[in-house]
Amino acid sequence: MLRTSFKALALAIGLFAAAPAHAAGEAIAIPDTKFSFDGVFGTYDRASAQRGFQVYKEVCAACHSLRLLSYRNLRELGLTEAQVEAIAAGYQIVDGPNDEGQMFERAGRPADRFRKPFANDAAARAANNGALPPDLSVMAKARAGGADYLYALLIGYVDPPAGVTVMDGMHYNKYFPGYQIAMGAPLNPDQVDYADGTKATVEQMARDVSTFLQWAAEPELEQRRALGVKIIIFLTILAGLTYAVKRKVWADVEH
Amino acid sequence: MSIGLHNSEFKNPVVRWIDQRMPVFTMMQKEYGTFPTPKNFNYFWNFGALAMVTLLIMIATGIFLSMNYAAHTSLAFDSVERIMRDVNFGWLIRYIHMNGASMFFIVVYIHIFRGMYYGSYKAPRELLWMLGVVIFLLMMATAFMGYVLPWGQMSFWGATVITNLFSAFPVVGNFIVELLWGGFSVDNPTLNRFFSLHYLLPFVIFGVVFLHVAALHITGSNNPLGIEPKGPQDTLPFHPYYTAKDSVGLVVYFIVFAVLVFFAPNYLGHPDNYIPANPLVTPPHIVPEWYFLPYYAILRAVPDKLGGVLLMFGSILVWFVLPWLDRSPVRSMRFRPLARPFFLLWTVCFLVLLWVGAKPAEGHYVLIARIATAYYFAYFLVILPLLGRLERPLPLPESISRPVLGGGPLPAGAAAKPMEKA
Repeated sequence: MLRTSFKALALAIGLFAAAPAHAAGEAIAIPDTKFSFDGVFGTYDRASAQRGFQVYKEVCAACHSLRLLSYRNLRELGLTEAQVEAIAAGYQIVDGPNDEGQMFERAGRPADRFRKPFANDAAARAANNGALPPDLSVMAKARAGGADYLYALLIGYVDPPAGVTVMDGMHYNKYFPGYQIAMGAPLNPDQVDYADGTKATVEQMARDVSTFLQWAAEPELEQRRALGVKIIIFLTILAGLTYAVKRKVWADVEH
Repeated sequence: MSIGLHNSEFKNPVVRWIDQRMPVFTMMQKEYGTFPTPKNFNYFWNFGALAMVTLLIMIATGIFLSMNYAAHTSLAFDSVERIMRDVNFGWLIRYIHMNGASMFFIVVYIHIFRGMYYGSYKAPRELLWMLGVVIFLLMMATAFMGYVLPWGQMSFWGATVITNLFSAFPVVGNFIVELLWGGFSVDNPTLNRFFSLHYLLPFVIFGVVFLHVAALHITGSNNPLGIEPKGPQDTLPFHPYYTAKDSVGLVVYFIVFAVLVFFAPNYLGHPDNYIPANPLVTPPHIVPEWYFLPYYAILRAVPDKLGGVLLMFGSILVWFVLPWLDRSPVRSMRFRPLARPFFLLWTVCFLVLLWVGAKPAEGHYVLIARIATAYYFAYFLVILPLLGRLERPLPLPESISRPVLGGGPLPAGAAAKPMEKA
């Protein structure tokens, strides 16, 4: 009893301490998943992100676009130029109009944006039972909880509790706001074949693709943190110097 | 004043040549060099300079952002993400600008708090204070329109909710709303005019800041004791004393700013604003940026739309008449035993409103918001006017130098004062 009230108190303090804007909405508690990019100095686990790209490419990309990314961006994940060119060349990109005024298809190049699975939103809805699969480019920034939420959602497909009727065409997910999601469970064990021999469990694929999507949303994260460390060290030294100057300037003043 | 060259004191021939013809160097020397400044400032007096620096940072980063931003509903969201990904250090410039808005409000709120606590709004500084309120209103308008520009869900729905408030006014309400929208809903014309005004208003702010500083340099600064300097022994030249002290505050401020920009750039934002604007999907909770939450709480505390809008605007407009609501001749709360706790409670109420503004308007949150709103206005409209009559302030120190120097010769004709310690 006492412990519960302590928990409630801690939660209340936590909510109060959180940024006010975050406090809106009665959120479902999202479990905290340990990622390589957590914390102040975290970086992207390249191997995991590359596997995550494979999951995106072979599973998610069937419905979800990643329109803000170009194939060349994959170089940042440690892929070689040749690998990126090969990946891009695997897609047929609509280009044009050519000299005859015709649109045409050509093999993709690294500078191309990721090819969208559907020509437009209406086509996407038509193919998905009326639901629109959202673009995933900034998804990790667009949901409270970020990558933790993405991971939770991907492993959150369970049988609905007794007494809950799931609407036609919907699926029960314990971490989705409202619990009923149009997307069916996307990941099944051994759905992809990892080249590095990692066992493709649902949890492993969810973790990898969450890492990949976090990178897709915040490709600048590592550079930002590295620069931030330098700048804060510089400013701390400067603060000391400035304070010393101030002390010296004020030394002859009684105040 | 006779026509002819200005009598410049500068020795450098180039500086002297310019100064004789256009005495900007003399002016700078007078206003920022030798300008007599009370010697007893605490670090609260840094925040005016911090606000000035933040304004310049916002203008500088904003100019670079606008070089890559596209003010069109179909392009705005992606152009912002393009800045984040493909523009060299675009992520840095954008995160500085985005978090700079929050830092600007933090700094200005502390600056306003300092002005209220130490009675900086009282005669002869009423106009100085009112210009400050004008700056704050312009800042709010600028920040609001800036938040619309990325054209995310909160941009769109925040703009819809806030512009719709004006429809509460009788007769002219709908006209104002359509003028803001440039049509019959928040759409591309709205985005275009907001971008234009968002670029314009910072320069208007800069102009009013100039007037704010010009007025300050007529009356001189207030200080933590709230008594006027009695002579040169109470003041110091602005440079090097306060340039040095402001530099300390500035660097510490930059550290806080940097922590936010480099390690938690989206902490004060709302994740929904990374979803492109969609007029067909309303977010479950529409919340403004954190710095507007106190007024949002006041708006929602009132069951009537027009009443809520009036109280919301009134909550800031009442600051304009603060110099006349507070009739106490004593400025600093240090010497006001009753006003001090009432004012600190007002500050708590402001923070409570900030907190409750982010909560859904239901249940006990509504009650909390109403109590805090009532006290917010009661402090200005009832408590302060009454205290001006009823309160017995503590005895004021003889001068700025005396309490710190603890002795020394009194000015001629001055008798021993009750403040003097045994």
